[in-house]
Amino acid sequence: MAEIKAGLKYTKEHEWIKVEGEKGYVGISDYAQNAMGDIVFVELPEVGQDVSAGGDLCVVESVKGANDVYSPASGKIAEINEDLEDSPEKINEDPYGSWIALVELSDLSELDGLMDEEAYRSYCEGLE
Amino acid sequence: MRYIPNTDDQRSEMLRTIGAGSVDDLFSDLPASAVLDGKLDLPEPMSEMGLMKHLNELAGRNVDACSQTCFLGAGVYDHFVPLVVDHIISREEFTTSYTPYQPEISQGTLQAIFEYQSMVCSLTGMEVANASMYDGASSIAEAAFMACASTKRNVVLVARSVHPHGRAVLETYASMRGVTVREIGYSDGILDMGDLKGNLSDEVAAVIVQSPNFFGSLEDLKALADEAHGVKALFIAVSDLLALSVLEAPGRLGADVVVGDGQSVGNAMNFGGPHFGFFATTQKLMRKMPGRIVGETLDRNGKKCYVLTLQAREQHIRREKASSNICSNHSLNALASAVHMSLMGLSGMKEAASQSLLKAAYGKESLIETGSFRSAFDGPFFREFVVFSDEAPRSINDRLLSEGMIGGYDLSSDYPELENAWLVAVTEKRTKDEIDRFVSVARGE
Repeated sequence: MAEIKAGLKYTKEHEWIKVEGEKGYVGISDYAQNAMGDIVFVELPEVGQDVSAGGDLCVVESVKGANDVYSPASGKIAEINEDLEDSPEKINEDPYGSWIALVELSDLSELDGLMDEEAYRSYCEGLE
Repeated sequence: MRYIPNTDDQRSEMLRTIGAGSVDDLFSDLPASAVLDGKLDLPEPMSEMGLMKHLNELAGRNVDACSQTCFLGAGVYDHFVPLVVDHIISREEFTTSYTPYQPEISQGTLQAIFEYQSMVCSLTGMEVANASMYDGASSIAEAAFMACASTKRNVVLVARSVHPHGRAVLETYASMRGVTVREIGYSDGILDMGDLKGNLSDEVAAVIVQSPNFFGSLEDLKALADEAHGVKALFIAVSDLLALSVLEAPGRLGADVVVGDGQSVGNAMNFGGPHFGFFATTQKLMRKMPGRIVGETLDRNGKKCYVLTLQAREQHIRREKASSNICSNHSLNALASAVHMSLMGLSGMKEAASQSLLKAAYGKESLIETGSFRSAFDGPFFREFVVFSDEAPRSINDRLLSEGMIGGYDLSSDYPELENAWLVAVTEKRTKDEIDRFVSVARGE
């Protein structure tokens, strides 16, 4: 069973967002990294780039294929995790510690539509 | 239709499902004038003996560079290919140079592709090259798409001095993807810098320039790359592998992508094809590069081996989100070039390239000395040049053909502004006597 961390919000596409004030760190869940297999490259977004809820955030490439990662909420990219450029495998090792981008959120009410820990757990169980 | 195993019932069901009344309805988009009405006008069947005779007669009517002395280039060149190239690529191990569905089982094929890629990198001055493309034209179009994907922009600027076929294929590709292609004019046979500057903007994904260009003239790649980079567009240099043995590598002049047709090394003219395209780029753009790539790695016993790599973005995995829909390459043609380049070595290629350069210069000078021809452009050129004449190129070419020579290319069909302009190519295969005879017949004595 994939690890699901408390205190985060989740999407059906298996992204997580950790909200801190008006900003949110975005990454992919343990379920997602496990399904992708060994991650070999993360094509990071650009700082300053606008993202929309459900729109493309970046591409994560694993030995199995290149996967789109979608932004859980709308806003502007404030920071990116450059560590992933040289060490993309950190997402496999620690999916909840390896955020991809920090998004300056433009509409906090969008977060209400995301799943909490419990809802995401039963969602993942339903997939298995 | 006996090889299509579905039944009439199944076909009716399929038609019902998609809402078509008949199979003919599926072709209703075709204009009536393009549809064959009636039977093909074919002669009665022949015996094998009769057919061989007939086909040999037809083949005998071809004019080729084996029986004639060739001064025609325009993208396909009469360079020498040692017999041993054909001998090696005809070996049983290469009978199909296509990679099997488990490519790593064919280590020899993969190694040959890897060596080819390495040679392309070394000549172009780039960090990575793919296993080859279909031809020069498709490599230009793929490079333009890669630039659009990478810059997230949708306008490409292409020099009018790029091969007309390359521009036409680019236009076809672009029209299907919502990419706008704008042509940049030329002045004295090379790209018009003023026109380029007037068209550069932050919408431009790439600037595409060919050197040696379609007229044989050399472009100032460094200056053009700087202009492109000024608006954060990519600079795509279209080049020629043989020419690169004596010219500075575009990678050292600022090119982000170097592509082109590889015919000039190791491939016969083949009546215009098949040849292959080469495609090389920087490590930064590597993951957006179309086509297949062979990489070198170590197996679990620590021994060197070869694998197909960076496939995650290919169409069979990424489906409609693939950055390119190319799924294959022209492996046999690329193999021929790799064999050719390794046999010739850099010094052999330099010799062939220098001789082409010097003999073309001699040919141009001799034509102008006759007084019947004027130089069209002044700058430096490689292997090929343009002259104006008072006589139509077609009429000069007819006279040459009657004397066993294939004349130059009439530029006016692709460049209406260049009336009576004649594009002449002289390769290392031409002797001084041949060039002198060509000049004397061309002047109309």
